[in-house]
Formats: sequence, C-alpha cells, structure tokens
Amino acid sequence: MDNIKPRVKVPKSASAGEVITIKTLINHPMESGLRKGKDGNLIPRQIINKFTCEFNGKPVFSCELEPAISANPYIEFSAKVTEAGTFKFSWLDDDGSVYETENKIAIK
Amino acid sequence: MRNQIIAKAVAVAMTALVPGIAFAGGPVDDELVIDGEIQMITRAAPPEGHPLDEVLSGWLYRTDETRMLETDTFENPGMLEVQDGADLWNTVDGTAGKSCASCHGDAEESMAGVGARFPKWDEASNRPINVELQINKCRTEEMGAEAYKFDAREQKALTAYVKHQSLGTPVAIDLAEGHMQSWWDRGNELYYTRTGQLNLSCASCHEQNNGNYIRADHLSQGNVNGFPTYRLKQASLVSLHNRFRGCIRDTRAEFPAAFSDELMALEVYVTWRGTGLSVETPAVRQ
Amino acid sequence: MNLTRRQMLCASVGAAAAGVFGFSLSASATPEATAESIKNFAGGKEPAMGGDLTLNTPEIAENGNTVPVEVSVASPMTDDDYVESVVIYAEGNPNPDVAVFHFTPMSGVAEAKTRMRLAKTQNVVAVAKTNKGQVFMDKKEVKVTIGGCGG
Repeated sequence: MDNIKPRVKVPKSASAGEVITIKTLINHPMESGLRKGKDGNLIPRQIINKFTCEFNGKPVFSCELEPAISANPYIEFSAKVTEAGTFKFSWLDDDGSVYETENKIAIK
Repeated sequence: MRNQIIAKAVAVAMTALVPGIAFAGGPVDDELVIDGEIQMITRAAPPEGHPLDEVLSGWLYRTDETRMLETDTFENPGMLEVQDGADLWNTVDGTAGKSCASCHGDAEESMAGVGARFPKWDEASNRPINVELQINKCRTEEMGAEAYKFDAREQKALTAYVKHQSLGTPVAIDLAEGHMQSWWDRGNELYYTRTGQLNLSCASCHEQNNGNYIRADHLSQGNVNGFPTYRLKQASLVSLHNRFRGCIRDTRAEFPAAFSDELMALEVYVTWRGTGLSVETPAVRQ
Repeated sequence: MNLTRRQMLCASVGAAAAGVFGFSLSASATPEATAESIKNFAGGKEPAMGGDLTLNTPEIAENGNTVPVEVSVASPMTDDDYVESVVIYAEGNPNPDVAVFHFTPMSGVAEAKTRMRLAKTQNVVAVAKTNKGQVFMDKKEVKVTIGGCGG
C-alpha cells in the first residue's frame, strides 16, 4: 500500500542492562475481509499480518496479527539493552509490502 | 471485592438497553495532561450569555481507556494523520510552485494559537471562514492549486495539523469582527430548532441531557474544541462538518451541505459555546 | 424537555441500520473453537488458570473497534527460563484469533500491549507458553456497548 508511515518511540539512550519500553504505531486500515462495501460485496482482506523487532540483527520480539487487530495497529513491548546498537522494525502487509524503520540507541 | 461489585453494577447500568435515558453518569473528575507537560483546560467558566454553568470538554464524558488515548501524543492514533498534515505543509503544489511553508514557514511558530481563533470573519467573501476554507483560499489564490474537496484526506490532515499547533490554547473567537454577531444569532437559532422525524434539536441532547445516556452513549455538551477528532468508530479523523451532518442525519432530517451558510453559522455558535476550553486537536472520542 | 420513549425507539432502529463495524455481526466463533485453538497452542496440555499470566482489558469498551489489551507474564526471561509466546483469543468474534506475541530473553520482560476489535460483549482469553512447556491462561469479559446515535 502507498502512503504508509510507521512511527516508533524508542529512548535515545539507556543504561547497560536496562529494560526499555518501545511503542509502535502504523497507519493501515487493517481491512478485515468481513466488511461489505457500498456495492454490497465483501471488501477483500488486507492487513498487516506480522511485525518484527531485531536489535543488532538478533530477534527481540515479534507478533502475528489477525483481522481482529484495530485499524492503525499499535504495538507496545519491551527490550533489554546490553550494548549500543540499532533496532530494526518491520511490518509485513498481506500484499507483500514490507514497511521498515530503524532507531539507534546509545549506552549512558 | 467490594470494588469489583461496584464496577459490575456500573457495567450493568451502562449497558442496560432501556428505551429512555438512564439517569446515571456525568462528567468525570479528572485532569487532562498531555505528554506529562501540557496542562489542558477541560472545565471553563462560561462566556457571558452562555446557558450552562460550566463549559466542559467532551473528554470528561469518555471512559478511562478512551481518555488515556488522548494523554500521549504518541499513542493518540489521530497523530498519524497530523504527521501526514505536517508532510503536506511542506509539499509544493499548484502552478505557483509554493507549499504552505513557502509563505508561513515553520507551522510550530506561525500557526501557534491560530486554530483557537477560527472561525473568523472573512471580508472578501463577506462570511465567516474556518480552517478548511482558509486552506482552500490559500490553495486557489496563492498556490494556484485546486481546492480540496470536502473531507479529502489532505483537507482533514492539514486542518488537524494547523489546529494541533494550538494544542492547549483556549478557544476564543472574536464576535466583534465584521458580521460575526449576526452569524452567531443564526447559529443560536439553529441550535434550538428541532429537526427531523425524531424532532430533536442540538440542545435536546447536548444542553438538556448532557451527562445522561442515549442508549449506551454518554452525551457530552457537544463542544468542538477537539476537531478534527479521532473517532474510534471510524478509526480516523472526523471533521466538524461531517459530525454536524451525522448528528442532523441521526435526527432523521435532511442535512445541509458542508460549509453551507447553516453549518458555518452553527460552527460560529457552537465554537463560542466552547469558549475557554483548550484546543485538543486531535481529540480522541468514541 | 427529555427525549420521549418513542423518540428513543426510533433512534435505536436508525442506529441498528447504520452500523459500520469492522466486522459483520452475523457470524461468530464459539468458546469451543477457542478451546480447540488453545489445545493446539498448548500442545495438548491443560493450561493453568491465572498464576503468572495477567490479561488486562477494560470491563466496558466504549467502542468495539478499538479495545486496548495488555498481557504480562512474570518470568525471569533468562536464556534457560523465559516466556516464548502469548496468544490472545476473542471467543465471540467471527474468528477467535487476535494476535500471537513472541518473546525472547532480549525482550527483558514478557509484556505487550495492542488494540483489538470486538464484535460484541464476550470473553477474551490469553494463553502463555514458556520454553519449558509450562502453559498459563487468563480470561476477562469485556462488555461492548452500542452507541446511541450513529451506532
């Protein structure tokens, strides 16, 4: 889909060993495939079906999403920071698109 | 345990499908602080001539979970569209090769407080002008671009972005400008005029029954300081004139066109009724 | 003057006709379908109710389109003892599956939050599984109200 822009909130720095909270939000209709359009026909399903978060190439958290997730999916989770590095976030769309963003974090 | 029982009783009262109004509820006693730093005015002393004792934000009528969504500009889903508006602000469009930023620079400075003073008097068109129409005026007269159609994605996003620059600023419109007072008079009359097969006026719900339930819906004073508002039902920003039309439709009446004289008069009057409340755009409502 | 009984009845009919939910309300899953899914997730084990897993949902959702849901599992989250995944089901939705969260020791804590759609008043169920094969469950009822005007 076009015009999809993820937003992520990650602290700029953390103490070594600190557990930080990560918030993510992405604009997406999460069309359930169960809803009828104005013409009376079902609108085809199109959702973000997977989200992943890696830190320096290693998996931190991921989730599989179903049509029961609200439009503009919000996902909040935690990560333990042991070294400086880069978080990589990916959202996978039913149409094959992948929306990605990265955030760096420093050690205090 | 006792708390659970009380909570259950409240739950039953709220979901009871009685055909009539449940005399429970009312605004909550809570303070709206956004991002832990912007202290919002959700209760204000009414302007002279106001029919109510206290002007209350619709935020006070929502559940804990809905209220929470507005306290954090990251978690507020309406901010996705505000961000879209920020991008549009800087995007060149039209034959003059200009963006909003070409004339107005950084919106955080140039638009601070501006949204709290709309609608204003527009001498050229000899009628009130709101943020949506002001944007269209800039587009057609300054940018050589086409006016946005009512409720186009760009219109809602840019309007929300402009109004968001007044987050926390109290609503204060100037009725002394031009003929604003006569538009206020007309809006005042429309507010109390019953319409539709259900024979309801704005006042039937939002003045005489605010704090009561219409089925399971907790009626607010119907103030408009948070528009465009993120509504959970639509899962997107909803413009003020869209909501006006929705309310009038629900009385089972023919509804006027967006930006028509009737709805502009209503916007002037209803905005005045919310005088003193902080601009909350984008507010989060049910 | 207050709204009359007839006005309210009319408003109810209008609201029912104007529903624009994310879901069609005709089909819905059953607690049995959810139980079957839980059995598959848990590898045939019977999940222990409560304990280390907490599911947080509002008692009343003002709109079924956006209902906050939060899970947290008490766990050391070390390489040898951590929560692998938590699954969320909505028993009364057209399809009970909502989301599966996958954690790693790098998650630090086994906690996650999202927002879900609920087609009607129903039970929401969360089940957690650790790397050692322990399974926990928690369940909450969420009342979904029907709006007054636009539905």
